Amino acid sequence: MNFDFSEEQLALKDEARKFLAAKCPPDRVRKLMDEDSPGFDPELWAQVAEQGWLGAAIPEEHGGLGLGYLELCCIAEELGRAVAPVPFASTVYFFAEALLRAGSAEQKAKYLPKVVTGELIGTIASAEQAGAVSVANISAEVSGGKLTGVKLPVTDGAVAHLAVVLAKEGGKPTLYIVDLNGPGVTREAVNTIDRSREAARVEFKDAPVERLGEVGDGLALFEAINDRAAVLIAFEQVGGSDMCLEMAKNYALERFAFGRAIGGYQAIKHRLADMYAKNVLARGNAYYGAWALNSDAPELPIAAAGARISACDAYWFAAKENVQVHGGMGFTWEIDAHLHYRRSRQLALVAGSARNWKHRLVSMLERRNAA
Amino acid sequence: MDFNDTPEEAEYRAKVRAWLEENAPRGVKGASLGDEDESQMDACKAWQAKKAAAGYAQIRWPKEWGGGGGTTIQSVIFAQEESRMGVQLGGPFAIGLGMCIPTVMATADDETKKRFVGPAVRGETIWCQLFSEPAGGSDVAAIRTRAIKDESSVDANGDFDWVVNGQKIWTSGAHYADYGIVLVRTDPDAVKHKGLTMFWIDMKSPGVECKTIHQMSGARGFNEVFFTDVRIKDSQRLGALHDGWNVSIITLMNERASVGGGGGARGGGAIKALQVAQKIRDENGDPLSNNSTVREKIAEHYVRAEGLRFTGMRSLTALSQGKTPGPEQSVTKLVQAAGMQDLADFMVDLQDQAGIIRDPSLAVENADFQEMFLGSPGGRIAGGTDEILRNIIAERVLGLPGEIRVDKSMPFKDLPTGR
Repeated sequence: MNFDFSEEQLALKDEARKFLAAKCPPDRVRKLMDEDSPGFDPELWAQVAEQGWLGAAIPEEHGGLGLGYLELCCIAEELGRAVAPVPFASTVYFFAEALLRAGSAEQKAKYLPKVVTGELIGTIASAEQAGAVSVANISAEVSGGKLTGVKLPVTDGAVAHLAVVLAKEGGKPTLYIVDLNGPGVTREAVNTIDRSREAARVEFKDAPVERLGEVGDGLALFEAINDRAAVLIAFEQVGGSDMCLEMAKNYALERFAFGRAIGGYQAIKHRLADMYAKNVLARGNAYYGAWALNSDAPELPIAAAGARISACDAYWFAAKENVQVHGGMGFTWEIDAHLHYRRSRQLALVAGSARNWKHRLVSMLERRNAA
Repeated sequence: MDFNDTPEEAEYRAKVRAWLEENAPRGVKGASLGDEDESQMDACKAWQAKKAAAGYAQIRWPKEWGGGGGTTIQSVIFAQEESRMGVQLGGPFAIGLGMCIPTVMATADDETKKRFVGPAVRGETIWCQLFSEPAGGSDVAAIRTRAIKDESSVDANGDFDWVVNGQKIWTSGAHYADYGIVLVRTDPDAVKHKGLTMFWIDMKSPGVECKTIHQMSGARGFNEVFFTDVRIKDSQRLGALHDGWNVSIITLMNERASVGGGGGARGGGAIKALQVAQKIRDENGDPLSNNSTVREKIAEHYVRAEGLRFTGMRSLTALSQGKTPGPEQSVTKLVQAAGMQDLADFMVDLQDQAGIIRDPSLAVENADFQEMFLGSPGGRIAGGTDEILRNIIAERVLGLPGEIRVDKSMPFKDLPTGR
């Protein structure tokens, strides 16, 4: 039994934490939200690329470090802890994974090296309206190599260069790569609950596309990519949850009321104990997801669902109770609690709602029981 | 990351498996606490003796004390394989070997250790732990059972009698135990934690009376134990006079050191819950497993149980690498006990009106969930209440301040009792 990260992986995580503490302090995240934001932090993005993180799990033949997914999970946890305002998830977990999963040799060679260097920001465009991604909920249509339709919301859609778009061709769901700076594409940033992670409305009118994978495979590929992203996002959530617990604990130790530290009151400390318990469960489930992702195990869809459901629960609980423990200060712009409150929701939606994942999980359990 | 044994572990597992194949009793029902009959106790004792002879009874203990001279991970592997074979016969010995005998080994002289350790390992004697009292559950140091020295009993060797009066409660297995370790108050003028002393006691001593407690579930697994002028020799003392609190910490640390075999079946009770929901029809004749709310609940139970299972695996990994498991294990009982009650409530609710039926021949799943419904409140209390466990996590893991105490600065006898 070796259900833990290796010394080298933990050392990488430690380095990532130190790096982000220096380069991405919370006031920098808040400042980005304050101003007329460019949608992400380009300086941090360049530094992240320099670290090689974008290519951590991308094979060396495509310019990556070819380390593996366990290393990427370690980086993800630290990005989540730091609430990093960069299009990392969109570019690495979704766009690059879509290429690795479904791209031709030519497509991989063309795009992945640029992902690694940070010059290519990618994203995925699946949703069009409220409700889960499904065949019925997709209207975007490709005909004669041209895409028409509207995608909303597209995370990082205003800053990305390329998007993997889920659309239909002759009624069959299919994935396409679309140049967002190309003809027939108009996009505008939309206001969101987490302003540190930009999102856009993207409209396509006869926009030229490049097909990714086979016609009709779009939904299955999308789900396979989403499974992989869900594990990596779970690590961001676990990192965020632990940070919330740490913030709440530190505040409970330094804030005095009625003559003593509020952390001495059971109403506070039991809440923190519950946070800790949820974080431990989320970490256990995330580790299983990491194992399944890294070993490309057949259990990956179930492991991803477990990781996601547990992480969504833990981060939401930790984020909202962290605000609560901070009292009135927790509701102010200057205290960082709201960064996690926002991000916990953003991450809990970006790969599909936990509610929907619960249904998926039970469907998979039904199939496994029947087998 | 992998779930594989190391080569050494695999070799040990194969050896254990072969031994179990050859020796393990099949189809023998274990003794469930308070519900055991003589033949079940005999089966437990026979199996314990067999394991002891082969060095599998206390794998981690040194061979000179009847153990196997092995490692913690080996004891976990044995427990996993034993459980896989469906052999569950260790219950009556768990408290003695897990808590009492380690306390004896840490505090007693060689003669006493020789007298007690071997027979306990072989299952010839059964021990119970007599700490809790009616006025001291979570506050276990608030012990009132009083031991008074009988000055007239001092013999030529300087040994003498303590005369013990009082009451213990929640004592698992006291009704069949041969011996116990008992914490009593020897100095009521000292502050609470400084006036306690630990002794071993023969449960057949005159003046010891056990009365089983009728639990809300109907079972009778633990006892009230009354002490009326019970004489205990000073030579039965474990540790120094008035140092019983520190000795009890040795006992309780051994309790917490026990690590599970990797956290139970996949998905805990959620898989069974799904199977049950597939069989029950809703008002439209559709299986309840098609209902959104039902599915979401099942998913939540599954993920919680899996989270615990994987947390157990993290601890096992530490053990396998010869390290001490981290504090993550501290959430297990808190999460499990509350989860079991939630699952039971959900499962009887699924059954609608039939959820009240506890008759195994008529109820869904032989009334397993009705039993769980009635038994699960105890899980949230026994071995540390939810509230105490949260205090422990908050104070020892997170480092938050302890409670404001009024019992550390005045003699025990002056503490308010609320009566």
